[in-house]
Amino acid sequence: MGIQNIRPTRRAFLAGSGLVIGLTLVGRQAGAALLKGAPQDAPGEQAKLNAFVRVAPDGTVTVLSKHLEMGQGPYTGLTTIVAEELDADWSQMRVAAAPADDDLYKNLAFGLQGTGGSTSIANSYEQLRKAGATAKAMLVAAAADAWGVPAGEITVSAGRIRHEGKGKEAGFGEFADKAATMDAPAEVKLKDPKDFVLIGKDRHKLDTDEKTNGKAVFTLDVMADDMLIAMVAHSPHFGATVKGFDDGEARRIKGVVDVKQVPQGVAVYAENTFAALKGRAALRIDWDLSKAETRSSQRIYDDYRAEMKADPFEAANRGDVGAAMSADGITSMDAEMVFPFLAHAPMEPLDAVFVPAEDGSIDCYNGSQFPGQDKAAIAEICGVDPSKVRINVQLAGGSFGRRAQFGSPYMREAAAVFKASGMKRPVKHMWTREDDIRGGFYRPIYLHSIKGAIDRDGNITGWDHTIVGQSIMHKDELDDTTVEGTADMPYQIPNLRVLAHQPKLGVPVLWWRSVGHTHTAFAVETFLDRLLERAGKDAVEGRLALLKDSPRHTGVLKKVAEISGWGSPPPEGRQRGVAVHKSFNTYVAEVAEVSIGDGGMPKVHKVWCAVDCGVAVNPNIIHAQMEGGIGYGLGAILFDAIDLGDGGAVVQSNFDDYRSLRINEMPDVEVAIIPSSEAPTGVGEPGVPPIGPAVANAWRRLTGQPVQRLPMTNGLLS
Amino acid sequence: MVTFTLNGQETTFDGDPDTPLLWVIRDAQRLTGTKYGCGIAQCGACTVHVDGSTRRSCITPISTLDGSSVTTIEGLEGSEAEAIQAAWRAIDVPQCGYCQSGQIMSAVSLLQFNPAPSDDDIDGAMAGNICRCATYKRIRQAIHDAAKTLEG
Amino acid sequence: MRNQTRAGLIRAALIATSLALPLAAGAQDRAPEAPAPSTPALPQNDQNQAKSLKSVADFDNIADETERSIAIFQETGKVLLNPRCVNCHPAGDRPLQGMDMHLHQPPVQRGDADFGMPGMMCNTCHGPKNAPVVAQSDNIKSIPGNPNWHLAPIEMAWQGRSLGDICRQIKDQDRNGGKTLAELVEHMASDDLVGWGWHPGKGREPVPGTQKQFGELYKAWAATGAHCPD
Repeated sequence: MGIQNIRPTRRAFLAGSGLVIGLTLVGRQAGAALLKGAPQDAPGEQAKLNAFVRVAPDGTVTVLSKHLEMGQGPYTGLTTIVAEELDADWSQMRVAAAPADDDLYKNLAFGLQGTGGSTSIANSYEQLRKAGATAKAMLVAAAADAWGVPAGEITVSAGRIRHEGKGKEAGFGEFADKAATMDAPAEVKLKDPKDFVLIGKDRHKLDTDEKTNGKAVFTLDVMADDMLIAMVAHSPHFGATVKGFDDGEARRIKGVVDVKQVPQGVAVYAENTFAALKGRAALRIDWDLSKAETRSSQRIYDDYRAEMKADPFEAANRGDVGAAMSADGITSMDAEMVFPFLAHAPMEPLDAVFVPAEDGSIDCYNGSQFPGQDKAAIAEICGVDPSKVRINVQLAGGSFGRRAQFGSPYMREAAAVFKASGMKRPVKHMWTREDDIRGGFYRPIYLHSIKGAIDRDGNITGWDHTIVGQSIMHKDELDDTTVEGTADMPYQIPNLRVLAHQPKLGVPVLWWRSVGHTHTAFAVETFLDRLLERAGKDAVEGRLALLKDSPRHTGVLKKVAEISGWGSPPPEGRQRGVAVHKSFNTYVAEVAEVSIGDGGMPKVHKVWCAVDCGVAVNPNIIHAQMEGGIGYGLGAILFDAIDLGDGGAVVQSNFDDYRSLRINEMPDVEVAIIPSSEAPTGVGEPGVPPIGPAVANAWRRLTGQPVQRLPMTNGLLS
Repeated sequence: MVTFTLNGQETTFDGDPDTPLLWVIRDAQRLTGTKYGCGIAQCGACTVHVDGSTRRSCITPISTLDGSSVTTIEGLEGSEAEAIQAAWRAIDVPQCGYCQSGQIMSAVSLLQFNPAPSDDDIDGAMAGNICRCATYKRIRQAIHDAAKTLEG
Repeated sequence: MRNQTRAGLIRAALIATSLALPLAAGAQDRAPEAPAPSTPALPQNDQNQAKSLKSVADFDNIADETERSIAIFQETGKVLLNPRCVNCHPAGDRPLQGMDMHLHQPPVQRGDADFGMPGMMCNTCHGPKNAPVVAQSDNIKSIPGNPNWHLAPIEMAWQGRSLGDICRQIKDQDRNGGKTLAELVEHMASDDLVGWGWHPGKGREPVPGTQKQFGELYKAWAATGAHCPD
């Protein structure tokens, strides 16, 4: 396992350093000793069989994960894939973070190293099967050579290499060194999935044990001798800059070492966290708001309504929507839906630790979804060659998209703080919860306007949909993330038009667990539900009739109907709602059972979920991601909005006013996985999109009121 | 100067008396199992035991702890702790894992006072511990499982 | 004062009614699950007066002793009905929070001993004294504290009750912890937890007047027959 506490000795630090190549132990001079943290790559003496597989003399196999472990399970999933083709025993498997390398460790879906878009398993599946099979072939070749037998007569099973005829048997460790010198085969034969031993079965997660005894090391836990704690005072307005500041009081606080202006605000450096907090609170800063975004959320909603009349991008246009909407005898329906800014609010706020080495190189410890980008940003800001920056990827305390930023704006702040410190002492830069909630990079505000038409026979004949919201990808043309899930909706509706407007706004935005599907699934699945109801159709049967060309949508919808007992009456005082949505090539249907709870609030009792994600590499993790996605999405649709108040400052600041779902609000969740031999697809995000519309559809049946404004708690009572 | 017991060891702190216990544990004692999540007692990631019951260390000034006994996740022991941690491992409760020390500290305290908690008892003990990964279903299950092993 | 209090009660009752119908329009501020204030807010036009308490002598001009007793009790109502006090005398199983009296977050429960439930008790967050919260949320500058921090037992619930009802309740030994009138007066005048209301910590508005004035009003009320408003 690559997650370990390094004993505070120089020897241990050197032994664990990231420059171990092949079989050698190479230390490097360091300016200050790391006391706690996980250096990149596998610790100790390791034979390097390829970019992903390390084998130690004791036979333990360490898989280097090119993907960040932030709770979604890639450490275990990727290791399982390698172990399967390697024919290793699960007990000998370990995992460590790969170094930052945009070439060697690129996400094959992105072209650079990165974790996101629910791609970790999907893009790595073939690559890591080959890595495992190649490593096995090299071990076998080494054994064949040593034993003087043909490689074809050697078998490998559960981590043991055997030759029946000669009665030979060995573990991986015995041949690791030799295997590393063998030529890697150009082609390897991969297993037939029916022969899988490890893939497809529930597997205990490799990172669980350390996460139940306090030993798991996150970036916030990285410690180095002589380390400074740094915090930056930010403006509550986006786009504000520092006009001037008074640090007299801050500097008088015991433990405060220095105060420096950085492009993002004013940085306070202290010997301990509490002094940094007090120092920052004591700063008096005059902010220049001349370039700041000063509109309130309310004003933005109004501006977006006006924007609807401007020239749109066309994302879909089939049939003749205009004619469908004005056809004789149609029943029409329209809705406006409002989606607020959302913060990701991972449990561990953003943070990074910089440790300068005597040779002028820099070790950065952080939990990064784009380590290559971070490395480039640090090199640029600190003025060092990228080869002198090592990114040691740590476990991340959640992310939900927050740690994946093109151009690394967070890391630019952290690096600027380190640079301004003089880069002589280790620096831990940390955000407080307030920095996190007010730090921008939100799920954008979206406004939807939808019109639908039903003919006399109850067929949905027209759907005219306009979306207004910032382009997450900063595109001047149509951004697919604005419309994904609408323009490509699977329903057979003859006349469909989807238009988009992407106004600019001075609030930085970012993908938030399931990206565009956070709002499009809600809009499509609640509006469709209303149209079906108006047409007198059952929510499941009506959908199935429109999904004749979509077998995997049909599969999850039928399955969730079956396990939820759809069609049987719900318990007294409760109603059920359904939604189905594909995101990241994974199909998920959910049914939510809801009642009116205390204070008139929705109370979600139970959620049934059916998921089709191709080959189920580890059902245990798929269940966990569906459970977690449902809870994460439910909290947001019930409680959460980031609002800009009058003047444009963010209203919310912490978990007291940006509520998280709590255990007493968590429904029971039952998950069914559709058996499949299709290539595996992601599960980190796809559980999120259906929960909002499933709950809203149940709520409408309970109360007669459609939910058109999120969060539900605002829309209900105001 | 504040003198208190930390995981059974006598410990002193002579810094700012307003320093929250959380930062004494993490910065001065370098025990990092106890986490910062909000700083205002809303999330429970910083939960420790003080004199045998749960305490949010982020809002507990060290000056109020002279003579107290503090236990962090690193110092947990006893049958309830063993049962809870084993149950947590058995069903892989953690996802990102950041909040789990706090969750476990609350769950252990619950079982120490109430060896057979109902779902409402679990809500009563655990609703102050936020998990953004929403591992709540498994937390509830693991507490019930741990209670069963204690009973058995 | 009396009429204004009644007006306040009616207003609160209207809000409470609207809450009973989940889809009706009603007051809702930042705490989404919070019920609207269910005890009367202090009159808007009486802000200055609301921050202080009249002295006993201010009631000397009321000749009728019963009326004077009632008027004195109504003056103490500025304290009793203040959210600072009502928040820990809730009618349900969760304390309230803030001047808008929203349900307490995190959702701590009353428990058997009015001290929370195992795993999350009052002292999980509330220490022996108010604790400063430095450089975190703008909304939370300190965490309240008192060695005896706990909820009033359910029979002492004030939330949603009229001042007259509260008056009869606090005289009733079955509903006041078995206190005689003298003990009650002493409790109001000198109990440390009652006294927290005047020293609620940074970022919190104290209840009107001082505990000494409050105690004197109670003595005078008891001495004038401890009469209650309707």
